[in-house]
Amino acid sequence: MSELQKLRDAFRSALDLPADAPVDDLRYQDNEKWDSLAHMSLVAAIEDEFSVMIDTDDVINMSSFTEAVRILGKYGVDVK
Amino acid sequence: MSVFTLSQAAKEEVLLKELAGLTAHHRANCEPYDRILSASGFTEAASIADLPWLPVRLFKTLELKSIPDDEVFKTLTSSGTTGDVSRIYLDKAAAAEQQRRLAATVQTVLGPKRLPMILVDTRAMLKDRTSFSARGAGVLGMSTFGRDHVWALDMEGEVDLTALRGFLEKHGDRPFLIFGFTFLVWLHLYEVALRHGLDLSNGILIHSGGWKKLIDQAVSPDEFRARLASVGLTKVHNYYGMVEQIGTIFLEGPSGGSLYCPDFADVVVRDPQTWAELPPGKPGLLEVISTLPTSYPGHVLLTEDLGVVHGIDDGDWPGKRFSVLGRLPRAEARGCSDTYREAA
Repeated sequence: MSELQKLRDAFRSALDLPADAPVDDLRYQDNEKWDSLAHMSLVAAIEDEFSVMIDTDDVINMSSFTEAVRILGKYGVDVK
Repeated sequence: MSVFTLSQAAKEEVLLKELAGLTAHHRANCEPYDRILSASGFTEAASIADLPWLPVRLFKTLELKSIPDDEVFKTLTSSGTTGDVSRIYLDKAAAAEQQRRLAATVQTVLGPKRLPMILVDTRAMLKDRTSFSARGAGVLGMSTFGRDHVWALDMEGEVDLTALRGFLEKHGDRPFLIFGFTFLVWLHLYEVALRHGLDLSNGILIHSGGWKKLIDQAVSPDEFRARLASVGLTKVHNYYGMVEQIGTIFLEGPSGGSLYCPDFADVVVRDPQTWAELPPGKPGLLEVISTLPTSYPGHVLLTEDLGVVHGIDDGDWPGKRFSVLGRLPRAEARGCSDTYREAA
């Protein structure tokens, strides 16, 4: 599975979305399922999936799917 | 990285300008606030202590916001002891900013990495995810600073010794974070650690929630600290904050005994009869000041808590250091908000 696919799946499972739901345009403040509790599940899912440990500032800044891609880049994960 | 850097003089210069700007902003965008200030005859502040304050109780009776209805992103509520509820309105910018500033404050003592974390609470707190209690929201907010979270209490509120032992086995040899309400930490973590010989010496404890219940059990803040040290827990930071100034917390310094104001916040202690500012050493009503409230006029709030400034620029961190001494008896607090209610 591609890194992109893995990240999409992590979002879907943490936010409790259907397996084919489009997630690439998701933003934290616009999606009601993406609340603070789901955010912590999402971070945990991403950390597990990519074997990284994300710093506090990056957890807070991870406010969209696009941001998640950018932040993972900092940890050496090239999502595409 | 620290947000406790400014000497009192430097802070007052920076803050006065920002807070005067916020006062003008809220007057222009929040009509009841403007009416209150007009009625009080306020024109200009020459110092932080001159800035017009609102009694915190007013957020329970008035809708105070400086943003249009369609920009309200989050409405926070707090239930007071009287059953009245404060309503605090945040737009997206204010919601993001308060989280960033809280993180910056806490990272002063935790560093940038998320540490393995013990939550001294129960998951039952978060059962209804559409409406958390203030306690649930506090726990959830803090959980951002940790990872591999473990709940110290099970769904019934009993200590989950197996979970705690498992956590300490896995993470106990490196720094980890403990968060909880003061009384729960005392009752459920300290006593259990003592009885079962749990090693908490790598823990950093952040706790809040008032001392009343502990003082009822004759446990002073000093004794709390000393007893925790006896189970190895020496990095202990109490904090004081309220939903009406969300994102701003006053954090206890490493040597204990005093709360400190982050660079974007300050406190003033006032005589409850004359409202005059009191010097260090004199207890009075605590006023909390912060530049974070941009979407509602909560930047200068008179609390119903008694406090005392211990010193200025003479502690672990620069600025004022202070303690919260407890609630002002209700009858005395009522007078001040009644005055404001008439004006509003």
